[in-house]
This record gives sequence, C-alpha cells and structure tokens, in this order.
Amino acid sequence: MAVDAEPRIVGFLCNWCSYAGADLAGTSRMAYPPNIRIIRVPCSGRVDPLFVAKCFEQGVDGVLVAGCHPGDCHYVQGNYFARRRFNLMGRFLDYLGIEKERLRLEWVSASEGKRFATAVSDFTQALKKLGPRTNPT
Amino acid sequence: MANRAFAYYPGCSLHHGVAKEYDVSSRLTCRALGVELREIEGWTCCGATSVHLSSRLLAAALPARNLALVGKMGLPMALACAMCFSRHRYALHEMEDASMREKVAGALGDGVPADVEVRHLLQILDGVDIKASRSLDGLKVACYYGCLLVRPLEVTGFDDEENPQAMDRLLASVGAQPLDWGLKTACCGAGMGLPRQDMVLRLTGRILRQAVAEGADCLAVACPMCHYNLDSYQKAIGGGLNLPVLYFTQLLGLALGFSPHELRLDKHLVDTGPLLRSRGLV
Amino acid sequence: MARIGVFVCHCGTNIAGVVNIQKVVEAVQLLPGVVYVADERYTCSDVGQTSITQAIKEHQLNRLVVAACSPRMHEATFRQAVARAGLNPYLLEIANIREQCSWVHSKEKEEATEKAIELIKMAVAKVSRDEPLFPRKVGLTKRALVIGGGIAGIQAALDIASAGIETVLVEREPTIGGRMAQLDKTFPTLDCSSCILTPKMVEASHHPNIRLMTYSEVKAVRGFVGNFEVDILKRARKVDESKCTSCGICWQKCPEKVPAEFDRELGKRSAIYLSFPQAVPNKPVIDLPHCRYIKFQEWQKNPQGKKPMECRICEKLCPPQAVDWSQQDEMVTEKFGAIVVATGFQTFDPTGYGEYGYGRYPDVITGLEMERMLSASGPTGGEVRRPSDGEHPKTVVFISCVGSRDEKVGRPYCSKICCMYMAKQSIMLKEHDPEIQSYIFYIDIRAAGKGYEEFSRRAQEEAGTLYLRGRISQIYRQGGKLMVMGEDSLIGRQVEIAADLVVLAAGVEPATGAKELAQTLHISYDQYGFMNEAHPKLKPVETNTDGIYLAGACVSPKDIPDAVANGGAAAAKAMGLLSQESLVTDPMVASVDPMKCISCFMCQEVCPFHAVDKQKLRDGREVAVINESLCKGCGLCVASCRPGAINLRGFTNQQLLEEVTSLWR
Repeated sequence: MAVDAEPRIVGFLCNWCSYAGADLAGTSRMAYPPNIRIIRVPCSGRVDPLFVAKCFEQGVDGVLVAGCHPGDCHYVQGNYFARRRFNLMGRFLDYLGIEKERLRLEWVSASEGKRFATAVSDFTQALKKLGPRTNPT
Repeated sequence: MANRAFAYYPGCSLHHGVAKEYDVSSRLTCRALGVELREIEGWTCCGATSVHLSSRLLAAALPARNLALVGKMGLPMALACAMCFSRHRYALHEMEDASMREKVAGALGDGVPADVEVRHLLQILDGVDIKASRSLDGLKVACYYGCLLVRPLEVTGFDDEENPQAMDRLLASVGAQPLDWGLKTACCGAGMGLPRQDMVLRLTGRILRQAVAEGADCLAVACPMCHYNLDSYQKAIGGGLNLPVLYFTQLLGLALGFSPHELRLDKHLVDTGPLLRSRGLV
Repeated sequence: MARIGVFVCHCGTNIAGVVNIQKVVEAVQLLPGVVYVADERYTCSDVGQTSITQAIKEHQLNRLVVAACSPRMHEATFRQAVARAGLNPYLLEIANIREQCSWVHSKEKEEATEKAIELIKMAVAKVSRDEPLFPRKVGLTKRALVIGGGIAGIQAALDIASAGIETVLVEREPTIGGRMAQLDKTFPTLDCSSCILTPKMVEASHHPNIRLMTYSEVKAVRGFVGNFEVDILKRARKVDESKCTSCGICWQKCPEKVPAEFDRELGKRSAIYLSFPQAVPNKPVIDLPHCRYIKFQEWQKNPQGKKPMECRICEKLCPPQAVDWSQQDEMVTEKFGAIVVATGFQTFDPTGYGEYGYGRYPDVITGLEMERMLSASGPTGGEVRRPSDGEHPKTVVFISCVGSRDEKVGRPYCSKICCMYMAKQSIMLKEHDPEIQSYIFYIDIRAAGKGYEEFSRRAQEEAGTLYLRGRISQIYRQGGKLMVMGEDSLIGRQVEIAADLVVLAAGVEPATGAKELAQTLHISYDQYGFMNEAHPKLKPVETNTDGIYLAGACVSPKDIPDAVANGGAAAAKAMGLLSQESLVTDPMVASVDPMKCISCFMCQEVCPFHAVDKQKLRDGREVAVINESLCKGCGLCVASCRPGAINLRGFTNQQLLEEVTSLWR
C-alpha cells in the first residue's frame, strides 16, 4: 500500500450551526484543504461513538465532530451530551492505540465560516504532523 | 482581636521623614490593638510614581523583591502608604501572567511565592474590636481615600471604588462622625505639585472647600502624598482655609489615649491644636 | 432493487468552473445502484426540475441524488420535484458540492473533482438506505394564548381575536397596559401615551373574542404545537369584579399607604388600590402583604407583638359590598393551539454605578421616574419636582447609556430607546418650565427611525438642550446641588455642571421572570435573558418551538412602533397556524423498536423535549415510545440507546454507517 501523505478526514456536522457554518465558509469563499468529507447530522448529540469507531476502522486519519456552541444548541442540550461522550471516546481511542488527537470536537456557529475553515486547516495540519495511521485497521 | 503578625513595609516616605508621623502613629495604634508589625529586613523602594512610567518589568520587579522577602517571613504584608500598597498589589496583579512572573523571577534571580497576601492597614484594622479610652465624640471627619487605595478595584481589592467605607467604619467605631461626602476618591493632584502647581491647587482646593462646606472638622487621610498636598497648600489656595488634615492612625491613636506628642501631631502645617483642645482630646 | 438517478448541477460556472463535471458523471455512472446520470446547467430552474420529474418517470427511478448546492438551500425544492413525479419526497439526498466543495477548493480543481465524486458516492450510499416517510396529521385547538399585556401583547391579542379566534390575554399585574401606560408622551410625535394606549386597552377588554386574565401568571405548559395545555394561576383580588363599580371609596379611605410601584415609588398608594386611573380592568385589588385586616388575621393565628387594628374599612364602606375575603388563588388549565410571548422589559437598576450615586442621592432619578413625574396622572400631578425637597429644578442633566453599551455591567448592547426618550424629556421639560436648561451627556446619538433625527434636532434647536459628548466620572452633592463631573470629548475638556436634578437613561433589560417563563415554555434565551427568535432575520417572531411566537421587547429592546409591528407579526403567524384544519408533522423523528427496547429509559432522561413516554406492552413489559408530535428529531436518544432500539427516520444508523463505509469501499 502506497503511503498517502494527505490525511483523510470525516466531519460530522450538526445541521443547525456547524453545517451552516461550513456553508458560510463556502459562500464567503474561505478556502480550506480539500481533505474533509462532511456528513450532515441533525445534532452533534446524534453522533454515535460507533460511527467514529467505524471511521477509524475504515482507515480514516481523523474525525471531526462539530456542533453549536455550548448553550446555543438548537435542541437545547444535545451538544453537552456530545461533549461528554467524545471526551470519554478520546480515552477509549488511547486504549485502542489510536492517538486521541485524531478525534476533534469543535464548536462552530452558523455565523462562523472563518472558524470552520480555520478548524479544518488546523486539523489537517495537525494530522499531517501526526503522520499516517500506524496501527492496523 | 488576638495577636496577629504582619510583615510591615513602611516605605520611603514613612521612613525618611516626610510622613514619619504616619509611621509612628501606625506602629503605636497597631501595637495597642494587638496587631504586630514586624518590619521587613532589607526592604527597598517600591518604585513609586516614576518607575512604572518607564519600565513595566522594573515596576513589577522592585515590589516583587520585597514580596519575596515577605514570602520568606511567611506572614501577610501590611502597608500604610497608599502608593506603596498600590505598587505591590500591581506587582501581584502583573505576575498573574505567567510570562511576567517568569521575567520578574529572572530579573530577581529568585522567585516570588504565589500566595503572598498584600493588605493595607485599613483593611487589616477594619472590623477589629477596639476598646477606645476616649471617644472622638462626634468629631466630624471627612474621610479621604484618594486614588491609589481604591482604584482599580480588581487590583486593590478595596471595599468600594466609588464610595469606600473602611475608614468611615473604623473612625465611627471610636466615636467620630464620618461625613457622607462626594469627594472621597477624587484626585488630589498627586506628584504634579512641582510641574503643575496650578492644577494641584485647583484639585486640592476643590476637595478642601467641599469638606468645609459639608461641615468637616478635619480631614482624615491614608496617603503621605495626599497629606502633603492637602495640608501644605492651604495657604497658597487662599480663601482662609484652615482645615486640619490628619492621618487616620493619628485619630485612632487619640481615641486610644495617646498624646498629640506621641502621635507627632505637631508635624502638620495646619495647626491641629485648636481643634483638639476644643474637643477635649488633648 | 434500487434504481438510483443522479443529477449533477453545473450551477452555471459556480460548480462547473472548478469541478470537472464530465469526469464526475463518468465516475458516478459506475456506482452500484445508479442507473441514470445527467448534468444540468441549473438544476433548480424550471427546466432542471422538469428533467428530474421526467427522468424519474422515464427510467423508473425509485431514488434520487442531486449534487448541487447546500441542502439548506434547495432540499425542499427538489423534494417537491420528486413528489411531482409520484415518488416519495424523502427518497432524495443532496450532495453538497458547491458550498462545501467548489467554492472552497477553487484553486485545487483536481482535488475538488475528486471530493465531489466522493460526496456523491456518500449520498448514493445513503439514498440506497432511504425509506419512504409519511408526515402525519394531528388536530389542533383553535385558541390562542398571549402572555403579557403590554402594547405588543395587546396588539397581538386584538389582531388574533379580530380574525375570529378566541384569545386569552394573561397579565401578571392587576392591569394591562405595561410600560407604555407609565409613559407621559411618546417620541417623536409627542402623542399622549395614555390617549393612544387606553382605547386599545378598552378595546381588548370589550372584544368578544378576548378574555383578559389579569393578576394571573402562566405556571406550566404541556403539549405541543396546536395542542398546548397551560396552567394559569389566577391570584385572588379579594374584590368581586362583577359587583365593584370602581367608585373609589375603598382606596380613598384605606388607611395603609405604601410606595406605589406604578409610580416608581415616587408616590404612595393604599393597600387596596387601582394602579392608575385608566387601569383595565378598572377594578381595585387588595395587596395582601400590606392589608391591615390580613395582618390582623395573621396576628390572631400567632399573637406576637402589638395587636393590630382589625380595619376592614374598605369592606364596611363599599356600597355594592364587593370586597370578598373568601376569594382564593386559583389554578386554571386551558387549551391553546398557539402561544404568543410578549413579556416586555424592565429598566436597568443603576445602583451598580456607584459614581452616579443613584440610591444615595434622591435627586438622581431614572428616565422612567422622570416619565411618571411628567405625567399629569403621576405622583406630582405632572409637575417636575426634586424628590429631595420638592423644589422645581432649573438645571437638569441627562446621562445616556446607563446599563447600555457597557461591558462592565454586563450590558454591552444598545437599549435603542434612550437617545430618543432623553430628547423627548428635555423637550417636555422646556414646555413645563421655559427656565429649565437640559444637558445630555451621550456617547452617540442614535436616532435611526422615521422622524427621529428631526426630533433630536428639535430638542437641540427648539428646546435648547445642550448635547455634550462624553461620560460622567462622578456625581457628588455640594450644598443643594449635584455636581456632575464629566468630559466633553469634542473639545477635550473636563466639564462640571451644578445640576438640580440628574436623570439616568437606564437601559432596557428583560422583565423579571422572563428566563423562568422561557424554561417553562422550552424556548431558548440569550445570556441577558432575552428570548431567542428562530432566525434573527428571517424568523423574527418565531421560536424554535413550533406554535410559540415572540412579540415586543422580550426579544430585544424595542420602541413602541416596533413592538406594535412585532405584535401584529406574531399574531399573523399564530393566525396562519390556527387557520389550518389539521397540522402536518415532520416525519424525520425517532421511533422505538419495542422488541429491542430493554426499558432502561435512558432516552427519556436525555430527551430535551419530554417526547419519550412509557408504554405497557401486552406481555406486561414497559417500553419507551416516542410522542411524534413532541419529537424534534435531534437523535440524542438514538445515540444513547444501548440496545440500538431507537432509530431516527431520515438519519438512521444504517444510512449514516452506509455513508461512512461507502468512502473507502
């Protein structure tokens, strides 16, 4: 298998804030690396850790989960659940031998196109630094 | 209150003469109230008015040197001079920033413990149980706090920056009648006496006239610079001003039974004699 | 067998300028299940939509992917097109290859093409797992509840009622009218506030479709859009409204006098009182904590201290014997289809600004207190007097932005009305007494509104009000005067004004209890307690909870015209909802497989909308069941369901996993 220097990222974006923020990055033509593949979910709280595990099993280099800022959730408190869930998930990844930096949780509101673009750029950079996945998938 | 010990920092003004009476009266009253002031050995100047205008690092490092000494004593720090108080509190505030703390440690060759407590005498004496040997008997005192004790609140941690009460409470507890007046924290002109005497005359004149208009018998202060401006310019301001200006520790000392001589009341330019005699405080 | 059709949109050059459409089409044709691929210049156009419907029919497509702009843009459009072809509209997925591809990767055309193909691959994978969904119909109660009887709430109630819908207007004070009733004149026309408000108050009380519930509060809300059930606490007035003739003898003779809230405590009222002469309903209320008879009764129960007088003067003197001690607080439950929240605002408490001395100096007052003094029915009978000594002031200083545009007190927003009411009050002062000189210290003069700029010029030119740009550092008393020390930043000098009266233009903040009400209603609010609209631009009176609408200053500071327009807008939305015979619910909600449910009810714990109920099966097991009318489709329960018994329609585990695994197949 050839070494693929470009990290592959899956992003789970909540429909109300982060997906809209990503759209805004588009409308404002804020360029970011093309490494991310976005999956729309109603809420960051909808993201089952299983999805993330499945991503890593598939050989994905990084997973981004993005939701509304704490307190701004369209569903009142979904993002709080996401925060707790993925903090725990980080520890689980360590256990699996996957660097927990490969899972990122970001808060991006519908008006923060710039923040989304920066988040993706930073994450891509960080994953490049981390290098390709070493553990068997 | 039971014996409590503090690392006492007199500062240059109180040590070298201009405000010797503040130093003397502070030590006397504190001792009488069971507050032990242990002078810091080898203390140095805090930088006062000039240093923070030229170097931010030095302005933090000079007080930090004293703070390090205090840290070694393992006591909270007590100050009487409002300027020294302000400079030491500022140094602590600046060192909340880790990079500044590091720089200061570099300059000193020694670190400052993070938990040094810096308090003004007013904060220390506020709430202390006082057994006065005589009452100030309704003496109308305009408590004047000035700028450096109270502002900015997040640095000084004083009780209220617009209408402070610590000195009012303290003097009321020994029978004085503190006035509710508006210029408690108005600036006296501070160190501008030499370059801009006109301004200092205007500012001190405003404070003094307002205190007189409110019916004050005297002014109580907690800062050597304020005292100097308010006491010594009265003739220059004119208008027949003759309002005694005392350190709050001197008023407290009178109530505790010390004599005017012990409290060095003779060092003021405006004679305090007539007022004290009329109130039977001599 | 899935027969998937894919439409790749050029969006003019928006997509085609970056993404190689030809390459995309070729790659997509090879995807499993895809039987038809087409590209369109503008898929959202009439032509584009027609090709979709035609393709579905011609090629017997049973699933569709449109690769175009964001689904937030045109998902609804394409669903309609799919439905027109006779296919279930939920068998459609959008691949976002514009906002999230071509527009952000314009410099990396090859990678963008690659990404577009993968995004379509994911959409194809997801659509293969799509299932037809069917919205449900539920009935609704054709009644509306308006909470808050200020001008916005009155307007909303009148508009809804005029459409023939029964409306209940709940107000916690003894009278409707709100803040506007406290005002003397209104800017910029100087209309007398009562003269334009009281007819509306009376109209609301006489309207055949409006029922007023004053002295009442909303305590609990259950149910969902079209079918709310609301508990309203009706507090006892201790006065029989049907008997009372408002003759006034009771409040004239009542011996207990207390500061009048309506007059901002500048005047007194009795314990039995009418808030103001034009109050609606025009019936007094007994303020129980202050009533002497109530105190007497308490003393009888627990005789401590001096025995108070039994009093009961109001009862003895009332000609129609309307005083009714037996009245008790009462909880009533009512059903509504729509709710309009119009709880309004209160003014900022300026005691936190120590430098202004509010609370220390009686002659430092707020704008609303000035308003009460200017009012002919106010505590001074319309005369402007210093609260300290009753003298007529000659020099009046106004200070703007007290509790507005100030990070320090946690109020960084502009309160919007203060600039104008200061101008108004300075004009009114000049009319009351030509010798009065007003000064206004301002940061900026914000006079955006019809006739507003002209009005504030009028204050300067006709009333001679002096505007000084700067802040005040301190106010202190000198003799009988208030010395106002500040800065005129335009000339760069300090100024000191010896004022007789200082008016603080206290800003606008949400009414007390607004947060708690928002929690009761399950609607969101911001850090200040203002309620959040569903969209600040496009849904200004809707909330994120269907069937609950917002009007007036509970959303943000508003002046009267804005509040009235807002009330009307909220009414229109409520009417639109209530004009339907039944409601269609979004089918993208959660559902439970009872066979898999292990009855842990974690779902019930995490659900923010209380949409999970317990249901007993025939075998006696208790399992979770989703109330589809309450479910908003967030999927929290799905992600927390341990046995995987819950799924979210439209975003099922299967659909999302298919998306993930499709990528590197």
